[in-house]
Amino acid sequence: MSAAATTTPNKFVVGLWDHEEVYLHAIEHIRHKGIEIYDSLTPFPVHGLEDALGYKETRLHTAGFFFGATGTTLALTFMTWVMTTNYPINFGGKPYWPVPSFIPITFELTVLFAAWGMTLTYLVRNKLWPGRVPRIYDKRTTDDRFALVFDAEKISAQEISDIKSLCTKEGAVEVKDKVFAAGE
Amino acid sequence: MHAYESEFREPLINGMDKNYTKITDDLVAPLERNSTMWWIAVLLTGAGSLFFVFCLGWTVWFGIGTWGLNKTVGWAWDITNFVWWIGIGHAGTLISAILLLFRQRYRTGINRAAEAMTIFAVICAGMFPIFHMGRVWDAGFIFPLPNTRGPLWVNFNSPLLWDVFAISTYFSVSLLFWYSGLMPDFGTVRDRATGKWRKYIYNILSFGWQGSAKQWQRFESLSLVLAGLSTPLVLSVHTIVSFDFATSVIPGWHTTIFPPYFVAGAIFSGFAMVETLMLISRKLFNLEDYITVNHIESMNKIIVLTGSIVGIAYLTELFIAWYSGFLYEQFAFYNRIFGKYLWAYAMMMSCNVLSPQLYWFKSMRRNLWVTFILSIFVNIGMWFERFVIIVTSLADDYLPSSWAYFSPTWVDIGIYTGSMSVFLFLFLLFSRFFPTIAIAEVKAIFRISSEVAKAERAKAEKATHGGFMGFQTIGPLDKDSKGN
Repeated sequence: MSAAATTTPNKFVVGLWDHEEVYLHAIEHIRHKGIEIYDSLTPFPVHGLEDALGYKETRLHTAGFFFGATGTTLALTFMTWVMTTNYPINFGGKPYWPVPSFIPITFELTVLFAAWGMTLTYLVRNKLWPGRVPRIYDKRTTDDRFALVFDAEKISAQEISDIKSLCTKEGAVEVKDKVFAAGE
Repeated sequence: MHAYESEFREPLINGMDKNYTKITDDLVAPLERNSTMWWIAVLLTGAGSLFFVFCLGWTVWFGIGTWGLNKTVGWAWDITNFVWWIGIGHAGTLISAILLLFRQRYRTGINRAAEAMTIFAVICAGMFPIFHMGRVWDAGFIFPLPNTRGPLWVNFNSPLLWDVFAISTYFSVSLLFWYSGLMPDFGTVRDRATGKWRKYIYNILSFGWQGSAKQWQRFESLSLVLAGLSTPLVLSVHTIVSFDFATSVIPGWHTTIFPPYFVAGAIFSGFAMVETLMLISRKLFNLEDYITVNHIESMNKIIVLTGSIVGIAYLTELFIAWYSGFLYEQFAFYNRIFGKYLWAYAMMMSCNVLSPQLYWFKSMRRNLWVTFILSIFVNIGMWFERFVIIVTSLADDYLPSSWAYFSPTWVDIGIYTGSMSVFLFLFLLFSRFFPTIAIAEVKAIFRISSEVAKAERAKAEKATHGGFMGFQTIGPLDKDSKGN
């Protein structure tokens, strides 16, 4: 964390909303004014939030496809190698390379690799692991509040108060400062 | 931003006092209070689980001879229980994956518990084939592991091996699906926690969840793809289980109808088990507003559909046996109905085919006592279905001199009832420490399908158009003149 701590801001302004529709409109208006939103936290996936924030589509599902294809290839090549090269066995005169018999296992390994690969990628990209201590801007963001977080490190006191009044104008039910100790 | 929802559709979250805060309070409440009832139930099922372990130990120590199997019936309760438990697990994946793809919002109230049930049922199921191997310490060799005997690999032509891959993939993918959905809810529990240790443990369980927009975006992508993967997976699992029988040359097993018929039966019994557990949980944990009669009715519709599919499959089997002109197949089915296992066949037919027909009536679908009793009937019937298929075909096979009857020993009975204790024990632990209802997902449908949201929309409609197509004058369609 030491390298990251020097670049991660520690001083924030946090606006809290209690209705997702008001929140979505607020995001649009705030972004329209050219104010940068540092982060956005919600208790559940709000429909249309990533569009409002201008996020690009995630490439997680593309990664999932490649993990799945790895599973397919591995299953087919391994079974082929075992049954034709490494230890060919004559099962009642059946072909040594029984492709239809490979279908179930190939399918299962495709699903297995895609699911595990995607989930692990998801955890890595989302920085989730057991024991990680996240920055909690407000405890209610996992309960009933929709939060917008603004980086207050490098902006003037005037700009901070502008952001605060804009949040209030856009229907925020609470606006507050949040300062973390370095490395927290 | 709202998806369209007909005003005539019943709400999925009842109660005009609901808001996001109240939903969190209600759904986390079972995790935050102590209950004597819970302790009694845990101790009882814990004792039952110990008896399960004891019976398995007995089996390992003295061998499979302690079971009721004989030379003719070499597979009986063990494989019956295995298929039964795997089938029960299927509802969890169906609810969380297939209903997600079909955008059925009622899934949000029941998916978490159903997924947990899947995982516990698969754990119970796995025990039976593993311990039937006898030398259970060599169980690792069901996987294609490098070894010093050649190397001698597993037989990739065998449906039993396909089962190994299917069940282990199914278990681990269900676990990922379930746990990835749990992380945000553990975050909610953590942020409400008062004690230091409680906060620490739930933070570990939540993997440090924050709920940022980017996390949610990836979360939605992950759940959609996992749902897309689990849908064919769940169908493949029971298909492959049915291959264990269908690829053999035993009369009554060697039929192409097995895969769809097994899948329908699995969903049928799984939904019944979800109902049994949900009807108890909603009462014990005061979740009646979140698992409504509407949810129960939707599940009952699936039960009458899948039960009827199973019924048609039974009749098709009989017809094909006659139509095939194949003597042994005809005998197998004649013997199932009129032979020494007549009582088992009668149990199967009455519980699986006749009893769910009550659900053609709306009053029956919405009656909680009827639902509870029928959910247990269905699971009894589905157990007998597997027993009938497996034991009747084996007991009277090609050679009349070796015909035999199967009777379970106390070890058979102990392992089976013990597995039910293990299942309930795990479910009780789950319901005390994990959120039984997916909190974030319920909140996500609050503005669409809750009673509050519907009332707000009706009010807005009335203000602008003087009522939604006469909604205010005739009232909701499913209410009778007395307003019930």
